[in-house]
Amino acid sequence: MMDPAVASRAVRLALERGATDAECTLAEGNEFSAQVRMRALDTLKDAGSRRAGLRVLLGKRVGSAHTSDLSSAGVQQMVESALAIAAISTDDPYADLPDPSELGSLAADLQLYWEDIQGIDTPARIEAALEAEEAALSWDPRITNSDGATFSAYSGERIFANSRGFLGSYRTSSCSLSASPVARQGDTMERDFWYSSARSHSKLESPAAVGRRAAERTVRRLGARKVPTQKAPVIFDTVTARSLIGNIFEAVEGDAIYRKASFLAGKLGERVASENVTVIDDGGLPGLFGTSPFDDEGVPSRRTVVIDRGVLRSYLLNSYTARKLGMRTTGNAARGVTGNAGVGHGNFFLEKGERSAEEIIRGIPRGLYVTELIGHGVNVVTGDYSRGAAGLWIENGEFAYPVSEITIAANLQQMLMDVEAAGSDLEFRGSVASPTLLIREMTISGK
Amino acid sequence: MRNSTSESIPSQCYAEIKRMPLSDSFFGQKFGITEHDLESYLSDALGAGGDYADLYFEYLATSQLSIDESIVKSAVQGVSLGVGVRVIAGERTGYAYSGDLSPEKIRKAARVAACIANGPSKVDKTGFEEAHRRDLYPVVTAPSDTSLDERVELVKRADRAARAADLRVFQVQASYIDNLRHVLVATSDSVLSTDRQPLTRLGVSVLAREDNGIPQRGYSGGGGRVGLEFFQLENSPEHFALEAVRQAVVQLNAVPAPAGEMTVVLGPGWPGVLLHEAVGHGLEADFNRKKVSAFSDRIGQQVASPLCSVVDDGTIRNRRGSLNVDDEGAATQENVLIEKGILRGYLFDKLSSRLLGSRTTGSGRRESYQHIPMPRMTNTFMLAGDSDPEDIIRSTPRGLYCANFGGGQVDITSGNFVFSASESYLIEDGHITRPVRGAMLTGNGPEALKHVSMVGHDLKLDQGMGICGKEGQSVPVGVGIPTVKIDRMTVGGTAS
Repeated sequence: MMDPAVASRAVRLALERGATDAECTLAEGNEFSAQVRMRALDTLKDAGSRRAGLRVLLGKRVGSAHTSDLSSAGVQQMVESALAIAAISTDDPYADLPDPSELGSLAADLQLYWEDIQGIDTPARIEAALEAEEAALSWDPRITNSDGATFSAYSGERIFANSRGFLGSYRTSSCSLSASPVARQGDTMERDFWYSSARSHSKLESPAAVGRRAAERTVRRLGARKVPTQKAPVIFDTVTARSLIGNIFEAVEGDAIYRKASFLAGKLGERVASENVTVIDDGGLPGLFGTSPFDDEGVPSRRTVVIDRGVLRSYLLNSYTARKLGMRTTGNAARGVTGNAGVGHGNFFLEKGERSAEEIIRGIPRGLYVTELIGHGVNVVTGDYSRGAAGLWIENGEFAYPVSEITIAANLQQMLMDVEAAGSDLEFRGSVASPTLLIREMTISGK
Repeated sequence: MRNSTSESIPSQCYAEIKRMPLSDSFFGQKFGITEHDLESYLSDALGAGGDYADLYFEYLATSQLSIDESIVKSAVQGVSLGVGVRVIAGERTGYAYSGDLSPEKIRKAARVAACIANGPSKVDKTGFEEAHRRDLYPVVTAPSDTSLDERVELVKRADRAARAADLRVFQVQASYIDNLRHVLVATSDSVLSTDRQPLTRLGVSVLAREDNGIPQRGYSGGGGRVGLEFFQLENSPEHFALEAVRQAVVQLNAVPAPAGEMTVVLGPGWPGVLLHEAVGHGLEADFNRKKVSAFSDRIGQQVASPLCSVVDDGTIRNRRGSLNVDDEGAATQENVLIEKGILRGYLFDKLSSRLLGSRTTGSGRRESYQHIPMPRMTNTFMLAGDSDPEDIIRSTPRGLYCANFGGGQVDITSGNFVFSASESYLIEDGHITRPVRGAMLTGNGPEALKHVSMVGHDLKLDQGMGICGKEGQSVPVGVGIPTVKIDRMTVGGTAS
């Protein structure tokens, strides 16, 4: 645990040295990981670190500094460094801290820190990883190798203080278990993975369940072929749909909006997606990975409806982008420990629909079920979307064979309009979540 | 396009520096660390047994400046300090680190890392031999030692030049970052090495649009292990600004990318990222030790057309991917990966070389003291061929010419990779014609380069902006390639 007074003192020292405002973040993190591979321990890592960051205003000029040295000499050096930096920056009429009336912290117990993880000793952690890997290796004779299985645990604390009277802190914990088996058929190999993660050890899926799911996902990729280039319906599974939802976040965050660097800029109140699309950001849901009592500027987390049944209702903003747009912050400030805050999300998700994933698949005469996306071919300025994909080909509502070495392409504006169904299988495995999604048509490029 | 200029790889010239006692090194001077201290920490690390231990001390000073809407809105300075302790016992690795260099904290980290081993230590520790030093980046004045005003001027100049270049430009962001990293590596196999690693980068991003049309982005920049003098002359902020504007404006008239298999011609320089994805990652020895790479057990086999020779070279002067010593204290070198189409070698760190009975290739790298080293690339490029770049274009009736890339990704097990073109053009009847919007290219590592039918004589290295991510660790890298014709590759656009 860190001493919150270190943050308050840094803020006070900055004001004494001439800053008109200041904000200080302290962050501590402790990481543990045990990786096993082919039934033996491979790597153990166990360590922790701390950082402090400061942002100061000299009128409308801003400077920031950070340090790993939290001693009083280290903090003093950081204050001087931030002030020196502010002196060379230029006046930004919008530079400020949030208005004091915006500051605050959620009072409810958000269930972000659980002691039970610390109660699992190292041998038990290694054993969990070994069990997960064994479950994968023994699932199918075609699983011949493993890229390992890992148990990891994390605990951390974040403290934030500013010169407008805010001082807050919270602790978080998490643990995860993952397995990555390798399957062989002839001279081709495929690798996939599965994982479970939770803030409490009691909520982690069993090692056997993680290993088995990883094995199923890997074996079903064997014998993958390329399909001919064509237009067809595309179903994103919950893993790949998450990355698509992440692209929507990039298009609604305030920085992209005020710069007009998003295809959704200037479209508040307009229909931007089909009726099946409701997108919500909620930083206050207890026990989840995108949850926090306050954002990285000391503004309480909250629920914001971003897209309501296809209509764009709100952007996600920190105080700076809110001032630029003449709006109010939505409590979405995010940063490491220093610098001007960017915009981040809480739990950012697409609301689930009525039908199960199986029903959605059964309704497709011919199309692609995507289980993996690679590459960086998404441009949120124009909406152009093109990514490498792997998955399963659907014929008459059933999986026919695996496909790989293809790309899928469309424009995000059209894809949002073309969401024909959202599945009922919404699950929070991270801070971005989506149910299975069906897009009416995309261009599949293959042979 | 700049496909007519050719650049040769500078020869390996560097200054030999005399052996420097530890007491004169950065960590000796600033933190009073002695050889005796290092031996004692290593002996703690091997206290529970083990075959090998090492210490990695790191001090990193960073400055970041950016201009946005012609305002210097964000500027950050910071320092980070720490030591990582690693113990290897057989195939097992134990790792711990401390952000505090007090002897108690380092010993505690050593004891935690030691937990991986049990049994008597097999290491006979007898002093250190300091590696013969060289200096591939003789930067007299590190950018972090210059005045902030001088560095702010770089982003201001980039902003002014981009705005003045074209009325269609409506947003400009320029960012500058410099690192100065001091490292000290001490190992139980007697290596003691220190290095001072400057790294500097300037990037310019612009948005342009026609009236109220769809905006398009352009991006350019450069850097390396260089001082501020790098940004004089041909690498000026104005040069990068104009290049970013040019790329954005080209996109204003771009047509949708085609879809399907076709001939692809890669321009020289940054398109070398193809090699990084298609072969480089698959040749990292950790994947091959575990036999999870599509290139496992393929040494001596044909994996590319005989026109292709690919090397990874960490010794090129002032390059972003270069290092005097890798992050395990081993000297970097030129490693031949593919010679005339035949797979010749992997990239080794100490652990994988020990387990595979080979020697380290100076490829052990890590993001920081908080990370375990693993085999990584440095500067990866294809050697020049004989073809005239213009003949390569002229010989292509229909295809895609890729001048610039965003980034790529590879699944090393299946070998499938993608990379996205940020600037590409249709080739029609042997001529470069219309620009196309964001095309994605996909292929399979051990197969893709077999379709290379022409290699130009115009090898060019990238501008010095590359970052490679692997298992959560980012390190700076370089790539390069001459103009190359690939007869068959899948292009992922939307046009039929």
